[in-house]
Amino acid sequence: MNVLNVLRVSYRSLGRNKLRSFLTMLGIIIGVAAVIAMLAIGQGASNAVKEQIAGLGTNVVIVFPFASTQGNVRFQAGETSRLTESDAVAIAAQCPAVKYVTPVVRVVTQIIAGTQNWRTSIMGVYPDFEQIRNWPVKSGDYFTSTDERTAAKVCVLGQTVADNLFGPGSIPLGATVQIRNLPFRVVGVLASKGQSSMGQDNDDIVIAPFSTVQQKLAGTIYANMLFASAISSPAVNTAVEEITQFLRIKHNLRSWEANDFTVRTQTEIASTADATTQTMTLLLASVAAISLVVGGIGIMNIMLVSVTERTREIGIRMAVGARGGDVLTQFLIEAVTLSLAGGLIGVILGVLTSRFVSSIQKWPVVISPESVGLAFFFAAIIGIFFGWYPARKAANLNPIEALRYE
Amino acid sequence: MADPIISVKHIVKIYKMGDVEVHALRGINLDIKQGEFSAIMGASGSGKSTFMNIIGCLDTPSSGEYLLDGVEVAKLNRDELAKLRNRKLGFVFQAFNLLPRTTALENVELPLLYSNNHSSSQRREKAMAALEAVGLADRSGHYSNQLSGGQQQRVAIARSLVNDPVVILADEPTGNLDTRTSVEVIEIFQKLNEKGITVVLVTHEPDIAQFSTRNIVFRDGKVSKIIEVENRKIAAEELPKIPLPMDELES
Repeated sequence: MNVLNVLRVSYRSLGRNKLRSFLTMLGIIIGVAAVIAMLAIGQGASNAVKEQIAGLGTNVVIVFPFASTQGNVRFQAGETSRLTESDAVAIAAQCPAVKYVTPVVRVVTQIIAGTQNWRTSIMGVYPDFEQIRNWPVKSGDYFTSTDERTAAKVCVLGQTVADNLFGPGSIPLGATVQIRNLPFRVVGVLASKGQSSMGQDNDDIVIAPFSTVQQKLAGTIYANMLFASAISSPAVNTAVEEITQFLRIKHNLRSWEANDFTVRTQTEIASTADATTQTMTLLLASVAAISLVVGGIGIMNIMLVSVTERTREIGIRMAVGARGGDVLTQFLIEAVTLSLAGGLIGVILGVLTSRFVSSIQKWPVVISPESVGLAFFFAAIIGIFFGWYPARKAANLNPIEALRYE
Repeated sequence: MADPIISVKHIVKIYKMGDVEVHALRGINLDIKQGEFSAIMGASGSGKSTFMNIIGCLDTPSSGEYLLDGVEVAKLNRDELAKLRNRKLGFVFQAFNLLPRTTALENVELPLLYSNNHSSSQRREKAMAALEAVGLADRSGHYSNQLSGGQQQRVAIARSLVNDPVVILADEPTGNLDTRTSVEVIEIFQKLNEKGITVVLVTHEPDIAQFSTRNIVFRDGKVSKIIEVENRKIAAEELPKIPLPMDELES
């Protein structure tokens, strides 16, 4: 029996049971659609996180004032920051692998312009922030080192803050905003960085000179953290080591004492975030894969029922000259057709679901051809794997008994 | 005409049901010549169905020799038996055994699908010719459940002859049919037989056996007697004598 005839016979018998064929496919359809959608969403989330971390700047090293957590015990828990502006200045002077350093002091407060007000976080930084975070202004300028020295009441607004205080799309250069009753002159508006994958608005920020924020808004001698950037990408680890050694000495830590700060690099943060999203993707995809296997078992179940139900038909086919191989091929093709058609519909459904989730959640999805290929390939494999046993059973039937079967 | 198309020597068939051995056939010797119309008769359990399965290449004997059209069958494997069934044999069953939800034409085409040497147009042509031979050309597009019992059996006969077999084996072909339809079906067998096809028929009914040329009677797994039929009935002549079902109801 040639291939064309086998196909013809298989499709005829599938066509005779349209509803059952469709219901059998449903398992595979849902499985494949779920795998594709989950991988697309996971991939999208992972890409968004990567983008966001890349948005931190280039070769960034961040120094947090807390000790690392070790064995679930956080050393020196709750201790206030011991990082100071002098740390930053000293690092810049002493560490050759470090190019820029800025202390960061952060205040969350209300900001008022005319009749509008907005709650946002105000970051006090050096003008080097622009280079470290790779975050230029859209219009106007950053404040200058003179502003920093003189603790000038100037600020640069994020796009969201500008939008909310002065109306969408406005560039309020030269305008005055009130922060804790102090008038600040707006000297620039930051380029938009958009939303982060965690739903945070990167543009909901105001930047002002470190000295101004520290003295006039926060009233502290400490910095919340330090941002630094290494001279080059390979120098990042050297920079981390230099900063660590330097701060230990500067903070008078004995050799047995743990660091009272944490130095993180962009790569570390990226890999942590990446690992998290990958775990999530894997989790979602494995749940989806389970449904694919369940769909396969559904196919096997129906094919087994089908073999029993069609025992007589198999007997007739054998009586008129069908060989075991012909019957095997017929049933295998029926199973593979079900799973492939299910796979195809599943791919379409998966792509549509991804698009739908993307448009509802504003979540970026990435449908990679590999995931589509993989899901489709597994659907076919499942068809063969779960179709083999019933087909084998059909092919091994004794024609006499099959003919006599009621 | 003299060469036996089916030649069976010392055929023994033993079924093992657990520890019990059932001797279904206890040494059959039989020759069926080309062009013969034989009727195999016997009580239930006499071994006639087992014998039909063996000469129909659906089963192999436990021992003995079986030559079908010059081919030694007893030693063949499953696939070779299937090929032989496809090329040399046609089956007609008591329960018709048509594929459900399939048209008459597709049912008749079935053996050709497995013989692998016909294009789809050739298949159609041959199947239509076979349906014409049984007088059902106008029903080719009907599904098997849309046909009457007699028509279904005629489709089954068309299916059995579509591959130009050397022997048609009919296992109680009239068992599910009324008298008149039975004779109509037998008429088709007689016509085919006239064209040179060997027909072997299993039947319970002595009336039906009278349409054959030779009655082979089975008993306890052996051939007990062979009767050459005298005054063989011709179905075409008998038909007018049988009242139509409508007449029966009215009289």
